[in-house]
Amino acid sequence: MRPRKSTGTTGTTRTGTTRPVVASLAVLAVAALSACGARVDAASGDASASAAAGCVDTSGDTVKVGFLNSLSGTMAISEQTVHDSLELAAKEINADGGVLDKQLEVVTEDGQSEPTVFAEKATKLITSDCVAAVFGGWTSASRKAMLPVFEANDSLLFYPVQYEGLEASKNIFYTGATTNQQIVPALDYLKEQGTKTLFLVGSDYVFPRTANKIINAYAEANGMEVVGEEYAPLGHTDFSTIVNKVKAAGADAVFNTLNGDSNVAFFKEYNNAGLSADDMPVVSVSIAEEEVGGIGVDNVEGQLTAWNYYQTVDSPENDAFVKAFQAEYGKDRVTSDPMEAAYTSLYLWKAMVEKAESFDVADVQAAADGVSFDAPEGTVVVDGDNHHVAKTALIGKIGADGLIHTEWSSDEPIEPDPFLEGYDWAEGLS
Amino acid sequence: MDTLLSQLFAGLSLGSVLLLAALGLALTFGQMGVINMAHGEFMMAGAYTAFVIQGLLGDPGASLLVSLPLGFLVGGALGLLLEATLIHRMYRRPLDTLLVTWGVALVLQQVARDVFGAPNVDVAAPGWLSGAVTVGGLALPKTRLFILALAVVCVVALALVLRATPLGRRIRAVVQHRDLAEASGISSRATDRLTFFIGSGLAGVAGVALTLLGSVGPTLGTSYIVDAFLVVVAGGIGQVKGTVIAATALGLLQAFFEYSTTASVAKVLVFVVIVAFLQVRPQGLVSVRTRSLA
Repeated sequence: MRPRKSTGTTGTTRTGTTRPVVASLAVLAVAALSACGARVDAASGDASASAAAGCVDTSGDTVKVGFLNSLSGTMAISEQTVHDSLELAAKEINADGGVLDKQLEVVTEDGQSEPTVFAEKATKLITSDCVAAVFGGWTSASRKAMLPVFEANDSLLFYPVQYEGLEASKNIFYTGATTNQQIVPALDYLKEQGTKTLFLVGSDYVFPRTANKIINAYAEANGMEVVGEEYAPLGHTDFSTIVNKVKAAGADAVFNTLNGDSNVAFFKEYNNAGLSADDMPVVSVSIAEEEVGGIGVDNVEGQLTAWNYYQTVDSPENDAFVKAFQAEYGKDRVTSDPMEAAYTSLYLWKAMVEKAESFDVADVQAAADGVSFDAPEGTVVVDGDNHHVAKTALIGKIGADGLIHTEWSSDEPIEPDPFLEGYDWAEGLS
Repeated sequence: MDTLLSQLFAGLSLGSVLLLAALGLALTFGQMGVINMAHGEFMMAGAYTAFVIQGLLGDPGASLLVSLPLGFLVGGALGLLLEATLIHRMYRRPLDTLLVTWGVALVLQQVARDVFGAPNVDVAAPGWLSGAVTVGGLALPKTRLFILALAVVCVVALALVLRATPLGRRIRAVVQHRDLAEASGISSRATDRLTFFIGSGLAGVAGVALTLLGSVGPTLGTSYIVDAFLVVVAGGIGQVKGTVIAATALGLLQAFFEYSTTASVAKVLVFVVIVAFLQVRPQGLVSVRTRSLA
């Protein structure tokens, strides 16, 4: 028998059992939120204390360096590979006699994919381990969190990933590409191919938003039209609507700044919607060899990428690097741009120290200008003013073998211009 | 018109994904009142089952068909294990269940990371599911049609089990009035286990289906668990019908909001709609009315 309307006792029984359940879900949500914000102040507090103006101990046979990568959490996928190549570089340098006859003693810390943890661990590496330099970081959020720590303690960070530019700290060396070495050449390439209309797809955070600002400015100045700009929250996995918008807009090419897992869902949807690299190529700036495997080669074959290094780069230095890496970590491992930039960063620091004949931060900074290294990607040169390095831009096409093959090259290293001062159209961006 | 139709399809498709994720929860959370935060990890286990099977069989088509029932068994087995070891000890303590199962979820994620490695893996879709079916100028991706069909099959099967089998009768009896059901000779213990097995198994099936849309990683489940709970809460606790309506409605809302705004804003708007709706109707769309005084 059914009561007519749930009123009186019948009604209260039901909500009586439901409420605690719903309430407890809310409790969990609050708990999760507060956990995220809990550690915010620890790092900045320590940093402003500015305790150590160099407690680096160089009296013995060894010198300490810090590797700070996310070995757990969502970024571990990418940052573990960077850590592996840093370890390889340290091992090679030690086997070769070390730096200024001192063996490198590596102190590893886990950034846990949390910017606040990065700042905390950076403080620890500088003030308690007294390392001569720190290598690591990946997301711009982690770099921005560490920047005040390195500036307050006057220490050095080597950051190995391409990023959105508009930054130049005297305490950071940026060995990945800045925008005029990756995004601008990619746009030049598209223009050369006759691309008139662009659709921008990106994850909703600082890098894609800044990159797209630059792309919009470039497009306006170069007679290209941006017909759509869409952002998905990080970790978004349902791209049917965005792909519908892309398809409806019918652009000549898509510029993709999505990060992480979202790429997989995006490309699967893209193919399923009947779009292909032939009629609407996608240029990605966050997909390297390592990611191609996770996305599935079938889903991205023929699509374009913009980087400064590919495993397929044909040079004796790269052959040696790939061989050494695979000998160390296994035949099935691939090498990618951020890994190469990290590997290079340790050698660049070594070259700076040797030129300065000192581990002191001020001496290293003074010696940095013009320091070069024959890296797997080609010769790279440090710019002493903005602490970036000159790099050759390479547009690549993803092959059926899962590797990326160079399609177009800037042929010579492009001088870093993090604030895009050399480009008229970029005025007013920063 | 075309975009309207394609968005309609996108919404239905998203709804079917939500439905698959939420259907098992409708049983374990809706019927039994257990907040199982590890539900998403059962989906993840189902997805990795598909990955392992594809590694063994090679052929994507055959392995998908094998993975679906096997994913159900893997998810169900995990659920059964969880129920037998932990959950049954705390049936009357929902908050404790929440924390314990959340812990279990973290453990399962780490196990997956240790076994399969941190990088995501890809499960290839079978050839007969690649590409799209074109209906009147509208391209409908085959994978999404498949998931839509799978969701319908799962709902119909579950409805049949609940309505037309002795097991379903026992489940409904225990949900409506546990003591009376026990007094009538129904073993509520055995019924609980079976209900939990079926609910968790459905999570496994959902996981296998999700491999068609994205890649498989240790945190696959976490991105769906909140949405799944939303669907069940909005749909009304204790009714599969409510879950179906809520999933479809939320899918359509998300798709249309997303088309007229952006993905991030759409998510916010959907949350706002749900919150407003629950203010008006805290018991959800469809609610079971019982005479129990418990």
